[in-house]
Amino acid sequence: MTSALDVLCPMHLILSATGHILHAGPTTRKLRPEAEFVGERFLEVFDLKRPRAITTMTDLRAAAGMKLHLRLRDLPQTEVKGVLVPGPEPEQSIVNLSFGISIVDAVSDYALTSADFAATDLAVEMLYLVEAKSAAMEASRKLNLRLQGAKIAAEEQAYTDTLTGLKNRRAMDHIISRYATWGTQFGLMQIDLDWFKAVNDTMGHAAGDHVLQTVARIMVEETRESDTVVRIGGDEFVVLLPMAEEMSDLSAIGDRIISRLTQPIPFQGQACHISASIGVAFFEPSGPHSVAEVLDNADVALYASKDAGRAQLSFYHPSLRHTGDSVPENARSA
Amino acid sequence: MHGLINRAIQCFVTDAYGPEKWLEATRMAELDFVEFEAMMVYDDAVTPRILDAIAQVLDRPRDEMMEDLGTYLVSHPTVEALRRLLRFGGVTFVEFLQSLDDLPDRARLAVSDLHLPRIELREHAPNHFSLVCDCPVEGYGHVMMGILRAMADDYGALALLEHQGGGQGTEVISISLIETEFAEGRVFDLGARAG
Repeated sequence: MTSALDVLCPMHLILSATGHILHAGPTTRKLRPEAEFVGERFLEVFDLKRPRAITTMTDLRAAAGMKLHLRLRDLPQTEVKGVLVPGPEPEQSIVNLSFGISIVDAVSDYALTSADFAATDLAVEMLYLVEAKSAAMEASRKLNLRLQGAKIAAEEQAYTDTLTGLKNRRAMDHIISRYATWGTQFGLMQIDLDWFKAVNDTMGHAAGDHVLQTVARIMVEETRESDTVVRIGGDEFVVLLPMAEEMSDLSAIGDRIISRLTQPIPFQGQACHISASIGVAFFEPSGPHSVAEVLDNADVALYASKDAGRAQLSFYHPSLRHTGDSVPENARSA
Repeated sequence: MHGLINRAIQCFVTDAYGPEKWLEATRMAELDFVEFEAMMVYDDAVTPRILDAIAQVLDRPRDEMMEDLGTYLVSHPTVEALRRLLRFGGVTFVEFLQSLDDLPDRARLAVSDLHLPRIELREHAPNHFSLVCDCPVEGYGHVMMGILRAMADDYGALALLEHQGGGQGTEVISISLIETEFAEGRVFDLGARAG
């Protein structure tokens, strides 16, 4: 009988009427490589965690057929599951044990091999699964990291402003440097929205986003196919106008933008009131000004428009640096 | 074909012959990328194309190259996990052979969209078997040959293997077991990765 039990359930114990261990299966013996099981009292080797309040062999026998939660008192105090049945001789009991979820630690703690489990035991399949799943998860985790990296790189390289679909500052720098290399003459329009902050503050960000998207659409509609509309920051825009030699062409485009932006923009039954101030400067390939200076010039012209009461367009002229409320260039460096 | 399979092929070429050869093979196969992702699925036509290109780049007969791939899969440290997973199949080489029928199911248990070709072990005598492999990619039987050779080594068994050709999408390998405990074999510790 015991030899049959050793094959069918290698992790079992046979207990005497007094609760002493009479026989331990081959795998059970591996739990205490240094010590003998036979002769010890079962409840002194194992701590019965559940069901609680069982301290005597009589109580334990009464718990026959119930799931037992046990812990080995020796280190590393492995937790095991068990079940007790009467037999094989009268007054004796058989306790069969299993590692349950602690199997993963147990195989390394006790150096177990496939031969230590019954041929019908799913323990080895479970270990296989744990290992296969960990390997698969690791591969997935690496893929996620790579995709994450690629996403960040793609975002950094993106040329599009996600809110409005316009070009962003990175795209603008790229286009301007291309124009400079090719020697393309272009007009640069710097546009700031007036009163936008008030819309955002009083009507909320959803209204603000809606205004920005509407403004973007209007600017694209009012410019030429060859022009580039850029959102360079919150409510700041730039339009690059290649081959724009006539000031009148540019002021026509700018005035149309201002006049459309001055009309209220409806949002959820309310009207958002904004307008736009525009500064314009020119880049001449053979001229004295670098691209950086042209950007600065447009900025100066823009502030001239704001100082003059907003909702208007100004062309850059060196005299603008010495008038109005703007700080003169020579005073800045003093 | 699953990325895990394609990725294994990539690791084989990179580890055994260097990244240059791999780049050359991807160019010859006209892949427009150089890295297979293990957890993505690729068009079935890609795998035979890259295999043909590798054989050409390495200037080796395709069958031989396929067998080397199989050997690599269970003997190289980069893919140690695979050897371990195969060793879960059984305590002895014969048990391992008998577990091969379950291999595609085991693979699917780990990665649900990984479909390995069906394989069937036939026992003719206690020491004589043949392995019938479905071959969605020509030469898969040779990969299995390489795997079996390396696994026999791993178990310390001495086996004679012969590829008996095939047709209509299957290939047959004959296996004659000379000795089951010919050499020491490599240790398989169930809990090596645990804890």
